Amino acid sequence: MSLARHWRLQNQRYRLLGVQCEDCGARLFPRRQVCPRCKSQNLQRYQFGGEGKVYSHTVVYDAPAGYEGFVPYIGALVELEEGPLIAAQLTDVDIDDVQIGMPVEMVTRRLRQYGEDGLIVYGYKFRPKLKEAP
Amino acid sequence: MMKPNREVGIVGYGAYIPRYRISAAEISRVWKMGEDTLHLEEKAVPGLDEDTATIAIEAARNAVRKAKIDPQKLGAIWLGSESKPYSVKPTATIVAEAVGATPHTTAADWEFACKAGTEAMQAAFGFVGSGMVQYAMAIGADTAQGRPGDQLEYTAGAGGAAFIIGPREESMAYLEGSHSYVSDTPDFFRRPSQHYPTHGSRFTGEPAYFTHSLMATQYLMDQLGYGPQDYDKVIFHQPNSKFPVRLAKRLGFAPEQYEDGLLVPVIGNAYAASSALGLAAVLDKADVGERILLASFGSGAGSDAFSFVTTELITRGRNPLPGVADYVTRRREIDYARYARHRGKLSMY
Repeated sequence: MSLARHWRLQNQRYRLLGVQCEDCGARLFPRRQVCPRCKSQNLQRYQFGGEGKVYSHTVVYDAPAGYEGFVPYIGALVELEEGPLIAAQLTDVDIDDVQIGMPVEMVTRRLRQYGEDGLIVYGYKFRPKLKEAP
Repeated sequence: MMKPNREVGIVGYGAYIPRYRISAAEISRVWKMGEDTLHLEEKAVPGLDEDTATIAIEAARNAVRKAKIDPQKLGAIWLGSESKPYSVKPTATIVAEAVGATPHTTAADWEFACKAGTEAMQAAFGFVGSGMVQYAMAIGADTAQGRPGDQLEYTAGAGGAAFIIGPREESMAYLEGSHSYVSDTPDFFRRPSQHYPTHGSRFTGEPAYFTHSLMATQYLMDQLGYGPQDYDKVIFHQPNSKFPVRLAKRLGFAPEQYEDGLLVPVIGNAYAASSALGLAAVLDKADVGERILLASFGSGAGSDAFSFVTTELITRGRNPLPGVADYVTRRREIDYARYARHRGKLSMY
């Protein structure tokens, strides 16, 4: 368990804080030092809205260490409204109800814990959008 | 009666209730108790990846969106709970980080059983009312546990409600006055390292819940010169369905005054979020100019009573932000086996 590593990733994990390229406008998550589209290093913090759609999904029955307590869970690629495609778990949804293209929104949940006396790691997951705009 | 020199009120609020429900009938199926004794249909159960921090984060995010303020202007993030994820390490800093309020702010966890959230609210009114900060957030959130087979298991639910306190001119509901009433009454407690609480059964009623809630409420109404007929809505702490209804009747309130804020039959007792969620449910439906009375209760024991009046801003953000009713109707029923897994009652090693 690296406390420093988890602490460094906190802002991007808790609330999808990424970067925007000030030269070509690309919005990037996770944050990068150099824009992969135009090679610019002129990147500023960008707060993602947290809404997107399921691009693809799978069910995990044999989880890596630290995630056994959640099986079976849904791993998905989520296409954020601002463009980036990110890997995340889906939550608050039954396996049979997941559809490609389903509107989802970011929530902050427990990702894992390091035993009974270790760190609890929180981060983004996605759930079916609770309420559509009128 | 307490009232700060500077006029204050609620400038935004948000709620959260987990998706999962277990019915009283299902708990009774396992433990063979009469499920009708507490008049509950079902209670909310947190998901496998939920705890007091995640519940508080969603309620707090809804409150920030409702208030339409920059979270960097929050001078306090105060979280009341009896089910903190860490015994030592503030949950409030996790919430503050997640809503984007760090680092120039205060953050702390409050403890007073089921009134920890309103205790934080009481302090937030003083913090804003003194002019020390522009906005302060008070949250009540819990994932309460009852010993398997105990009467508490039928009621111990989960949920959270967050309130952003600020100046009256920006408020959806302004504060007329408040009062707190406390004494050393050991009706319910949990010692360090103990997983489940101990309660005094019938002792939790008359000397604890009823005395403290009645005294706080009656004193506040007397000081303001109001009677029950002056209030459009009233919300009490909801440890079960019987207590708040009996209390309301003793104080002279009618069903149409207390029913909007009575959530315990469908979500259980959300502890520090119980009366706070009731207030959020009432604000969700309130019209301009309604007078609302809130009186929490926390074991150990005490009650905080508040008198609010809604303003022309009361409908701000009502759509598309999710309200209490949206979370109540979002439900997935689970059986006792799945409930046992969700509540950490199954050991994997």
